[in-house]
Amino acid sequence: MGQKKIDIEQVRQVAKLSRLALSEAEIAQFATQLSAILEYVEKLNQLDTADVEPLAHCLPINNCFREDIVKQSLGTEKTLANAPQRDEQFFKVPKILEEPGGF
Amino acid sequence: MSKNILKLTCRGLRDSIAKGEVKSSDAVSAVFEQIEKHDAKIGAFLSTFKQDALKKANEVDEKIGKGKPVGALAGVPITVKDNMCTTFGTTTCASKILQNFRSPYNATVIEKLLAADAVIIGKTNLDEFAMGSSTENSGLKKTVNPWDYSRVPGGSSGGSAAAVAAQMCFAALGSDTGGSIRQPASFCGIVGLKPTYGRVSRYGLVAYGSSLDQIGPLARNTVDCALLLNVIAGHDEKDSTSVDEKTAPLCNWLEKIEQPVAELKIAVVPQLFKGADGEVVNAIKGAIEVYKKLGAEIVEINMPHFEYAIAAYYLIATAEASSNLARYDGVHYGYRTAKPADYIEVYTKSRNEALGQEVKRRIMLGTYALSSGYYDAYYLKALKVRNLIRSDFTAAFEKADCIIMPTSPTTAFKIGEKTNDPLQMYLSDVYTIAVNLAGVPAISIPCGFDKNNLPIGMQIIAPAFAEEKLLQVAGMFENETDFHTKSPVIK
Amino acid sequence: MTDIDYKIVVGLEIHVQLCTRTKMFCGCELAFAQTPNSRVCPVCLGLPGALPVMNKQAVEFAILTAAALSCKIAGLTKWDRKSYYYPDLPKNYQISQYDLPIGSNGFIEIPLADEKTKKVRIRRVHLEEDAGKNIHTAENFSQVDLNRAGTPLLEIVTEPDINSDEEVRLLAVELQRIVRFLGVSEADMQKGHMRFEPNVNLVIKKDNAEYKTPITEIKNLNSFKALEKSVAFEAQRQLDEFLESGTCLQSGNKQTFGWDDIREVTVLQREKEEAHDYRYFPDPDLVPVVVNEKWLAEIKTKLCELPLKMQNRFVSEYGLSDYDSAVLTADRTTAEFFDSSVKAGGDAKRLCNLITQTGLKIANEKGCKVSELGISPQKLAELAEMVEAGQISATASVTIFEKMIQSKSSPAQIAESLNLLQKSDAGELEEIVDEVIAANPKAVEDIRSGDKKSKKAHGFLMGQVMQKTKGAANPQVVAKILNSKLDKGI
Repeated sequence: MGQKKIDIEQVRQVAKLSRLALSEAEIAQFATQLSAILEYVEKLNQLDTADVEPLAHCLPINNCFREDIVKQSLGTEKTLANAPQRDEQFFKVPKILEEPGGF
Repeated sequence: MSKNILKLTCRGLRDSIAKGEVKSSDAVSAVFEQIEKHDAKIGAFLSTFKQDALKKANEVDEKIGKGKPVGALAGVPITVKDNMCTTFGTTTCASKILQNFRSPYNATVIEKLLAADAVIIGKTNLDEFAMGSSTENSGLKKTVNPWDYSRVPGGSSGGSAAAVAAQMCFAALGSDTGGSIRQPASFCGIVGLKPTYGRVSRYGLVAYGSSLDQIGPLARNTVDCALLLNVIAGHDEKDSTSVDEKTAPLCNWLEKIEQPVAELKIAVVPQLFKGADGEVVNAIKGAIEVYKKLGAEIVEINMPHFEYAIAAYYLIATAEASSNLARYDGVHYGYRTAKPADYIEVYTKSRNEALGQEVKRRIMLGTYALSSGYYDAYYLKALKVRNLIRSDFTAAFEKADCIIMPTSPTTAFKIGEKTNDPLQMYLSDVYTIAVNLAGVPAISIPCGFDKNNLPIGMQIIAPAFAEEKLLQVAGMFENETDFHTKSPVIK
Repeated sequence: MTDIDYKIVVGLEIHVQLCTRTKMFCGCELAFAQTPNSRVCPVCLGLPGALPVMNKQAVEFAILTAAALSCKIAGLTKWDRKSYYYPDLPKNYQISQYDLPIGSNGFIEIPLADEKTKKVRIRRVHLEEDAGKNIHTAENFSQVDLNRAGTPLLEIVTEPDINSDEEVRLLAVELQRIVRFLGVSEADMQKGHMRFEPNVNLVIKKDNAEYKTPITEIKNLNSFKALEKSVAFEAQRQLDEFLESGTCLQSGNKQTFGWDDIREVTVLQREKEEAHDYRYFPDPDLVPVVVNEKWLAEIKTKLCELPLKMQNRFVSEYGLSDYDSAVLTADRTTAEFFDSSVKAGGDAKRLCNLITQTGLKIANEKGCKVSELGISPQKLAELAEMVEAGQISATASVTIFEKMIQSKSSPAQIAESLNLLQKSDAGELEEIVDEVIAANPKAVEDIRSGDKKSKKAHGFLMGQVMQKTKGAANPQVVAKILNSKLDKGI
């Protein structure tokens, strides 16, 4: 069978970065499925791309700007209309105790 | 009478309404009759707006009655895929995480449809967040193929394709990131167009793979697609990736489509046929014969990097998706888990409970491809291969006006047939995916049926911003054949 | 005690809020908003389907600042997504710039205490969007306000060329002055327009060996004072820690400390198991920015003489003190107002006094700039010349200055209308002094006696002269004449 491309520990780590509280069963399943996919994408290494530029954009354009003119905002009520929880005019979340990125 | 109305094409209905021969309210009633009769089995719609639709239809009829000017789609019942934001109804992306989300703004294409006086009758089902090739990944409901209820309608715009094929609307908008307009069009025996990347505004299209996504029409024929393209195409100052009209001039595609392409050169890629079912290959070859009879020259070409498209796509699209979907976090909108222990659980539990497996899988894959230590080997490598793939297209278009190949290696597969192995599902996108990586336009039109009377689709691909040529070449085929006129018998 | 010497090494990361009218990627207004979440739109809220569009003014301000800091301006620059999850970051990624920043390899020159200057290298200057605010005042929950989300921020990173707590503060103050001069930011510390994160460590020489302590990043600094104090505190803490444990700089042992402004100490923030993996990649929703020669030249026309250069020029060319020059160049309009007045012919020192002692005070009371008081540089120069020529007293010039704010008349006209013109002609005044001396022999005797009546008598005679000239005599000239006559014993 050969070594898995991505193991359980790595899946756990990626789940943490993706903020997904996967179950143990899901982690195991993803390890198998992601390994298969990563195995497949290995074929890209058959191509020599040493002198090739990466193509992030297919567009022949640049410098797409807007002028510094004020446009109407949504207003507090519309902004909070879909909020799962709110405290008056704020979005509400459980108390944040530490630095961004936290864990 | 309603049966006769439903037989009209989008353009045909538009013209009849404008002349006062048919009332928009009758057309709306006709489609809702069809929806009420059949959608319980087909499942194309996630939401419908009957009252509002009739109201709008009456307004249009009144305006026409008074001789007032109306828009290019006046009174025509249209549906849109539920990943386009509307201020009316919900915009769910077929996901539990947005099940109750009401957008405070309309997508630009929605504004354009409304300005054209179209009647938007509902929002259609899709693979969750447009991730899938069968609509089986919808987190909210199942859609079946109107030609055979045991089969998939294709994906991710399966709802839109089924709605058009089952005559529950006269045209629909879908989105295409790796084939999501073309493949369902092919499976449902209708026409689906993916415009050049940048041709249509993405503002208000819920992002999946930002450098690949495009909105496009699904309809019964090429002329209808041209009409819709007229309405939705154009630069949008709210979308930095929408091309200005100097770089990509607009034209009246409805007019242009009348003109056949003289001295047409069509490229075919023989190496690609071996991946498709025999009947599909035969249908494509038959289509090529039709073009030959019309005087087209057929050129055989090679596209050496084509076979790497799926690998490159599933790194680029998932990388972008992992970032685009980070915002679904239970904090500012959308589903939130019931009892989070702390603010981190708001993220991890909300996302885990409300996002489907395929979505989670792609987020994980994308996050991995971008993560420290793997970025160069995966994401960056894929971007380089993308460049090579685009070069293949550029080289091809130096030799021919367009490329023809199958849309899909098979006809519509059985529900559940590919759901056990994600990789198998990915591999079925083989013909459509490279097109999105290169950003060029492509269309799928019906070109035959298999022995089970399932539709077969032919894909025509043109150079960037050459939708004119694309529609002309497709139109030429429709003038000679009648595959696109066939409809499923809905029981 | 072993032989120990150390050098403080500081690199500074500064975030400057630009004063554009709207946010970086959307048209929400950047005015101070009382109501939470009232300046938010689908784009800065991160709603599904929303897309960013670049604010051209912000990009130009960034290029201008980078140019002012002598940076190399990138011909091609782009946007990258920096991923991390936090409730004040609605998309859970920040649009920033990673590998192709707008500016790089520049420097900032800072004035040191003893009239020297120091060049601190600038590693990079780039643009990004700000996050909103998380508020933790409630006990059981936190609140999120997204009004600030999407504000354009300029991030400036220096090389670790700074070597003391004082230098750090001087750099911060100078940078504030520069961005205000350029007009790209209000840089009001109270409003949080500038934020600082110093990276501090020590290079210690002990027993002929060299050691480096681990680098500390300090957060939560809201004033120049806090900046300076925290660096001083941290340097001492690191020294103490090294002497105790000997821990040295290693890859990956950088720590983050928060500054406690009340206790005035740095506090280790919760230790992270791993560094952030921000997973930077090019933002597919934004196209690159190409800065060609023509555009760059246009932007550079808005460059001005930088404040330190101007300050030094005022000292060397105009002979002003370093202190006075610094006061004049705290603000660009004031500095240019002064400079124009000198160039219009006014005496530099007189003008300096008029502006710093009178002009700034009045402008402050009115809540405006000196240049906005309605007095032109030309008229101010005339006023200064009148004082220089003895036509009016320095005291009178203050009165005339105040009048000039409301009046369109020239200083000469105002002086005349208020009877403030001094007589300074020595000949004319000598006659009057003679008269007064002749008429007041007792006073003269008192002065000559040198006893305690002398001063009073002197003042009396001065007063008599002033009376005869109806207050128009130039007191310095009168005193000179009077004293010389009394000395001669006439």
